[in-house]
Amino acid sequence: MLPSTRTVCAAFAAAVICAAPAAAQDAMPTPEEMWETIQRQQRLIEELTEQVRRNEARIEDTTDRVAETEVMVEATGDLVESTLADDGGAGDGWWANTQIGGYGEVHYNRKDDNKSQIDVHRLVLFLGHDFSDTVRLAGELEVEHALAGEGKPGEVEVEQAFIEYDYTPGHSARAGVFLIPVGLLNETHEPPTYYGVERNIVEKNIIPTTWWEAGIGFAGELGAGLSYDASVHSGLGGDKMRGDDENAGTWKIRDGRQKVAEAEANSAAFTGRLRYTGMPGVEIAATGQYQSDLTQGKGDRGMGGEEVSATLIEGHVAIRRGVFGLRALAARWNLDGAAPDASGRDVQWGWYVEPAVRFDAGGFDIGLFTRYSVSDNNAGNDNGTALEHFDVGANIWLHEDVVLKIDRTLVKTSGADDEKILNLGVGFQF
Amino acid sequence: MRGRLPGALAAIALAVSGAAGATVDEGIEDVYMTPEAFLAAAFGGAAPKAEKFWVTGDHRAAIAGILGHRFGGLRLNYWRAERRTAWILEEIGKVKPITTGLVVHDGAIESVRVLVYRESRGWEVRHDFFTAQFIGARLDGRLRLDRRIDGISGATLSVRALTNLGRLALYLHNAVAGGGP
Repeated sequence: MLPSTRTVCAAFAAAVICAAPAAAQDAMPTPEEMWETIQRQQRLIEELTEQVRRNEARIEDTTDRVAETEVMVEATGDLVESTLADDGGAGDGWWANTQIGGYGEVHYNRKDDNKSQIDVHRLVLFLGHDFSDTVRLAGELEVEHALAGEGKPGEVEVEQAFIEYDYTPGHSARAGVFLIPVGLLNETHEPPTYYGVERNIVEKNIIPTTWWEAGIGFAGELGAGLSYDASVHSGLGGDKMRGDDENAGTWKIRDGRQKVAEAEANSAAFTGRLRYTGMPGVEIAATGQYQSDLTQGKGDRGMGGEEVSATLIEGHVAIRRGVFGLRALAARWNLDGAAPDASGRDVQWGWYVEPAVRFDAGGFDIGLFTRYSVSDNNAGNDNGTALEHFDVGANIWLHEDVVLKIDRTLVKTSGADDEKILNLGVGFQF
Repeated sequence: MRGRLPGALAAIALAVSGAAGATVDEGIEDVYMTPEAFLAAAFGGAAPKAEKFWVTGDHRAAIAGILGHRFGGLRLNYWRAERRTAWILEEIGKVKPITTGLVVHDGAIESVRVLVYRESRGWEVRHDFFTAQFIGARLDGRLRLDRRIDGISGATLSVRALTNLGRLALYLHNAVAGGGP
């Protein structure tokens, strides 16, 4: 530490006082000697005072430089952060507003009668792009069963391709190809989000998941956890919804999906959904759909060209509180026409209930579930044609987005032996 | 009746625009609380001066582990009075950042408020019925919350984002105020 002016003066005074007794014992210096001593000490004081002044100035300058450096560091930090925030450090281009995602799953099904199978069930790529804060694109391209083409088992499908516009906070409109807002799996069916290797039979045979149509729709929130969807879109159709010259219509709902592939568009369908998600882990929803004519204006080929209208009612609840989960769903179609009535397909319904537990197993999650499902695509004939599935299995989430699945399914069909199936699967999303 | 698209579209558009008219806001971005109001509420009206947490070395690695991706920033602002810290953090839900204010006291979350929500889905995460689940949560030894946060159907990514921000705020609090698992 550098001495201050006051410290130097005090030291000088002390030196003079301490020297006095000694001087009294020795010979007194002459006035000239004392004057010279005083002069020498005065110079010393001045030199030390100047040195202290320079040191104080240096400290002040250093303090200023530290403050300037802090400002420069802050400014550099601001610039770096704003640059990263603007473009993620990757340059500014269309890709800054484009997102890619996807999911996929591979299944193995082991059946009792040597019909085991392994399959890339699906691989899906999602592409999104924000044209602005309020206008965006959502697209989804799927390959099913690995190989597509003439004579191949799979398909390449455009499941989503729509423009969404947020016209006011909490409300949006969409136009294009979109998933029908119905059931638990149709809109959210990435493998890590549900139990079981295969999707349940109700959301396959009654709700023809994955089900997409083209049209225009609106969605938004109504408050208190309640939201709505309302849309008008292309409907079911095709030869199986009316028959052709050789075959009668099957009237099985899943057969009526046209997948927006040069689809007949003479009869639109209307879908509305109300959904409550006002409590953590709880979803309660109901969907209704009406289509005035499944024959798409061509009339039933076997019953005098009649129109056949169709109405779908679906409701479900999904609860997950702590480690416990429960899903339950019921859906029913009513087809109004002589031909479906004659085949017993004027009524098609199904329901399932699925309790589950999910817990942390130390670094990954394990979920155990059981599910009882019933579906009947011939419920109008009262012939005991219901199909029952009883599933027990487990999901192991190695990561939130990666899941291994195993389950055992007991299939009961009227008039046939019970069938047991072991399913193994791996799925992911990103 | 046979459905015809133009007439049906007009009917739906009219019905929906009427319903939406009651909730028109100034902008498309939903701002539920300003940072100033959040800080005033966190510190009883007088927010302390902002301090900066420089993300260095081990902190950067830990934050990347919590968020599940690299953290691109250099510093994080925070406000501190005695054993309470407040953080305004952002994390992307599906495609847009969710701006969230979090208050931590003595190593436990005291409050969570979604300040700005920009996603077109998953808006339920802003409600008290969801954020109340975080109150009292602490970090465990693996930098995870000591409790399970019940999700919201259809808002999985927004729920995940807020859960990770809760973990991050606790980690940062422990880094500047001490404590933690």
